[in-house]
Amino acid sequence: MEYLLHILILISIYVILSASLNLVAGYTGLVSIAHAAFYGVGAYVAALIALNLHSPFLINILCAGMLGGLLGALVGIPSLRIRDDYFVIATFAFQVITFSILNNWVSFTGGPMGLPGIPEPVIFGLRISSHVGFLILVGFFCGLTLWVCHRIVRSPFGRVLKAIREDEVLAQATGKNVAAYKVLVFVIGAGLAAVAGVMYAYYISFIDPTSFTVMESIFIISIVIIGGAGSLWGPVVGAAVLVTIPELLRFIGMPSSVAANVRQILYGGLLVVFMMWRPQGFVGEYTFQKDTLQG
Amino acid sequence: MSAPLLEIDSLDKNFDGVTALAGFSYSVRGGELVGLIGPNGAGKTTLFNVLTGFIPADRGRARFKSIDVLRLPPHRIANMGIGRTFQKLRLIWRISVLDNVLLSFKNQPGERLGNVFFRRTASAKQEAENRNKAISLLEETGLREKLYDPAENLSYGQQKLLSLVCCFAGEPDLLLLDEPVAGIAPEMIEKILSIIRDLPRRGKSVILIEHNLDAVMQVCDRVVFMDAGAKVSEGTPEQVRNDPKVIEAYLD
Repeated sequence: MEYLLHILILISIYVILSASLNLVAGYTGLVSIAHAAFYGVGAYVAALIALNLHSPFLINILCAGMLGGLLGALVGIPSLRIRDDYFVIATFAFQVITFSILNNWVSFTGGPMGLPGIPEPVIFGLRISSHVGFLILVGFFCGLTLWVCHRIVRSPFGRVLKAIREDEVLAQATGKNVAAYKVLVFVIGAGLAAVAGVMYAYYISFIDPTSFTVMESIFIISIVIIGGAGSLWGPVVGAAVLVTIPELLRFIGMPSSVAANVRQILYGGLLVVFMMWRPQGFVGEYTFQKDTLQG
Repeated sequence: MSAPLLEIDSLDKNFDGVTALAGFSYSVRGGELVGLIGPNGAGKTTLFNVLTGFIPADRGRARFKSIDVLRLPPHRIANMGIGRTFQKLRLIWRISVLDNVLLSFKNQPGERLGNVFFRRTASAKQEAENRNKAISLLEETGLREKLYDPAENLSYGQQKLLSLVCCFAGEPDLLLLDEPVAGIAPEMIEKILSIIRDLPRRGKSVILIEHNLDAVMQVCDRVVFMDAGAKVSEGTPEQVRNDPKVIEAYLD
């Protein structure tokens, strides 16, 4: 039972991550490889202030979310000025730098040893320690994220995002401040990823840099693509499938040393298969191909 | 007389040594419908791209409503009241015809992030108003029954019509139309031309690039003939048509 709850909690965390990346990549067309970096920043900020300042959970999640968003603005403002392909490279660079800092600034982040002993969250005097408690907590923030995404994509604001994805030049000619929209949506994505990081840090109670590598970013991108980029439920389906698959390997009795490698092959294979035969993912509508239709 | 709506003052633009604009000057007054003609590569589209902020000029000035627009980003220029269509047709292909028009309205409260979560009734009200406006615009132009079709499913002529409707929906004071009737069926040409001809009566000014000379002569008050980035001839359609320099250029 606890095992099942554990899987559900992980899925919820990945729904927050992939739904927020979906806003940036799926709806606005900005493929960012830095999502795990913002995820990590959220986790470390929450862990560090919880360990050093013993501040309450809700304050920590607010701090982490805002800091993640602020960092998103710092990264987004310069890198969104450059063309699409270079934006991908700029976010990749930020991802690598963030990992290096987490891994090497030993006195502050604990380096490869990580940060152990993150306390259990207390909300309004209620201590959350059971799996059920965590599932409710993470599920709440997961629902909140989906609600935020829903509101955004169904609004005129979301319509502008889609227009930017399809044709930036036309969006500008129509009077939309494309640069500002891109930065805004990138900041929202970064802030939400940081919130997912907070969830992870409190739930596992121990964090180290290996959870926030570029592989993790690519895993989140895979969820978005396989689930369905540019659709509200795509990330939910994608997270459920991609988090569950490696657990199934365990059930067929594969030794864990082999399973880890098979997992990578499986993700890579799935990505190739979807790109070739179902580029819009399970429930998506957007295919990541720039439109070449000419009337 | 009041100041012209648009004053273009000796614009220069070179692309790696190729001259696109060479000291181009011209003024457009409110309610004027100006035809811009000239051979391929004369710099007509470059002029539009410079005026709308997509390409920086090397030298010169362009004042719109007495404000120099050349250093402004495209979206600011668009919001000041210069709308445009593109020679290579641009629409948001995978959203509906209605959404394409809705996207084109200016100053939408619902497009501000804060209003996505707060003050929702105000943005919803505006959105409903825009929706009615969009539907009546599409009704007028005969695209009513295509309301929910993705723009990519329309015929080429209907797409060109839609891009004109979108441009108009942004309520610009000046419309820069880049070959609005090129490559479409005669009935659709008539329809689009009648819309364009009607624009001055709605208080709009127009610069119309078009290779179809008959069309230009039909609808325009004034015509500018442009070659090698400069204005060669200007006047009424009749004057320009009979200008020896124009005749020579077209017989070349």
